[in-house]
Amino acid sequence: MESSVLERTEDKAETLGVVDCDVHPAFSRPDQLSDYLPERWKQHVRDYAIRSANPLLGTLPYPRLTPGNGMRRDSWPPAGGPPASDLDFLREQLLEQCNIEIGILQPLAAGSVAFNMELGAALCSALNDWQIDKFAGPEPRLRASICIPQEDAKEAVAEIDKRVTDRRFVQIAMPPRTIEPAGRKRYWPIYEAAEHYGLPIGLHTSAFGYRPNTPSGWTSFYLEEHFAASNSLQTVMSSMILEGVFEQFPKLKIVLVEGGFSWLPSLFWRMDREWKRMRSEVPHVKRKPSEYAAENFWYTTQPIEEPEKNTHLLDILRWIGPDRLMFSTDYPHWDFDDPRYAFKVPLTPAEKNAIFRDNAMKLFRLQ
Amino acid sequence: MTSAQAEVKARPKREASRHVVARVDEIAEGKSKLVNVEGRAIAIFNVKGEYLAIANRCPHEGADLCRGSVVPLIESDTPGVVRLSRHGELVRCPWHGWEFDLRTGKSWCDPSRTRVKSYDVKVERGAALVEGPYQTEVYKISVEDEYLVLEL
Repeated sequence: MESSVLERTEDKAETLGVVDCDVHPAFSRPDQLSDYLPERWKQHVRDYAIRSANPLLGTLPYPRLTPGNGMRRDSWPPAGGPPASDLDFLREQLLEQCNIEIGILQPLAAGSVAFNMELGAALCSALNDWQIDKFAGPEPRLRASICIPQEDAKEAVAEIDKRVTDRRFVQIAMPPRTIEPAGRKRYWPIYEAAEHYGLPIGLHTSAFGYRPNTPSGWTSFYLEEHFAASNSLQTVMSSMILEGVFEQFPKLKIVLVEGGFSWLPSLFWRMDREWKRMRSEVPHVKRKPSEYAAENFWYTTQPIEEPEKNTHLLDILRWIGPDRLMFSTDYPHWDFDDPRYAFKVPLTPAEKNAIFRDNAMKLFRLQ
Repeated sequence: MTSAQAEVKARPKREASRHVVARVDEIAEGKSKLVNVEGRAIAIFNVKGEYLAIANRCPHEGADLCRGSVVPLIESDTPGVVRLSRHGELVRCPWHGWEFDLRTGKSWCDPSRTRVKSYDVKVERGAALVEGPYQTEVYKISVEDEYLVLEL
């Protein structure tokens, strides 16, 4: 297979579109999601509001670098409304300017981490309707994620079953900072459904979660939170691998979104070493941890690491394998990566095609 | 001196071109204006009545610097003690927050590698401009107004 990939020409790499694995749609007004809730929950939200484990209501835990909870300063639509709430301007600023052939929506709202789990389930369902109604329905280049209330696996699976026939949904979305580590059996019904349907599960690092952003609690600074995202995804990986999730569900596909990737080599050098010494503690883990990483996990690229010497990034990228990485912009957030300039490493045309387009096309079955 | 060197020396220098790019009252204090001069996008900032110009494109990932926020230099010698200086003399990129010194075009964190070109801007009276060797496609020069003249 490798040789057939390498035969691709440079021309193709220049003209092909990009698949963006991380686009954040926004509500055009704060209460827009209520339009998609059943009457019972509409009234509940009106009277009791939506409470999540986040320390603040109605805003994020940290003031971010830019206004609007960390938006690109040039992303406010001229026609009004918050960044990424206006489909026309999203088309112009993201899809057209960056040559995005397909963009995968990653809604960031409190549905999956609401204290009231029944409300959480209703919010997830509303988010799924909203994505189709406002974005993936009118714009075929955009695809949706099935938001689920993962703490209630039965409800989560019901939501997956409900959406799966609609092919505009291309993945299941779940937050990394769950109540228990992601490998625990309470989440296995979700993994069973995901494997059954061949739907990848995207775990997007975000400001939302049931747990603080580090194991020692909330950090002081937004800068710390920004890379604590990597820690939460490392916990997801080690828990899922060591609990034996991939022995039970060998075809399960996990996408780690927005947590970086340069930490993968050291994490797996360590994990493989410990496994060789203490394998008997986890006999259900039959293979080296790095083998599961190489088969069951994919990683989005933004915010891309920027080492002093770009060639160091290239070494890491090739260690991980260019077949595991998928490009993402994170539009309209301030730490957006532009597909034209974000990769300052000399990728071969085959690597470029794989990372910017083909890996995602194949994984999400976009064609 | 070899004959080749002599030849080079005899060749005329490329004359700097001067362009009228704005009327001074078009850029309010603390604000910026994007201009295009000979195909180059240049952001001009009004820093307390002084006009500073840098190339508009952020060398990191290409964002428009004219859309960044103008900030002071923030420093600290010890945790808990913060010093602000050089108010309005830096621009923070609208995407990733790289801070560029508007006087030099150098970024604060990586001045030798991540920098933009800076340009000379002068304020000239319209009366002086009507006679000079200036290029102005856009402006009808009025003798009593003041204009920004950018040198390339």
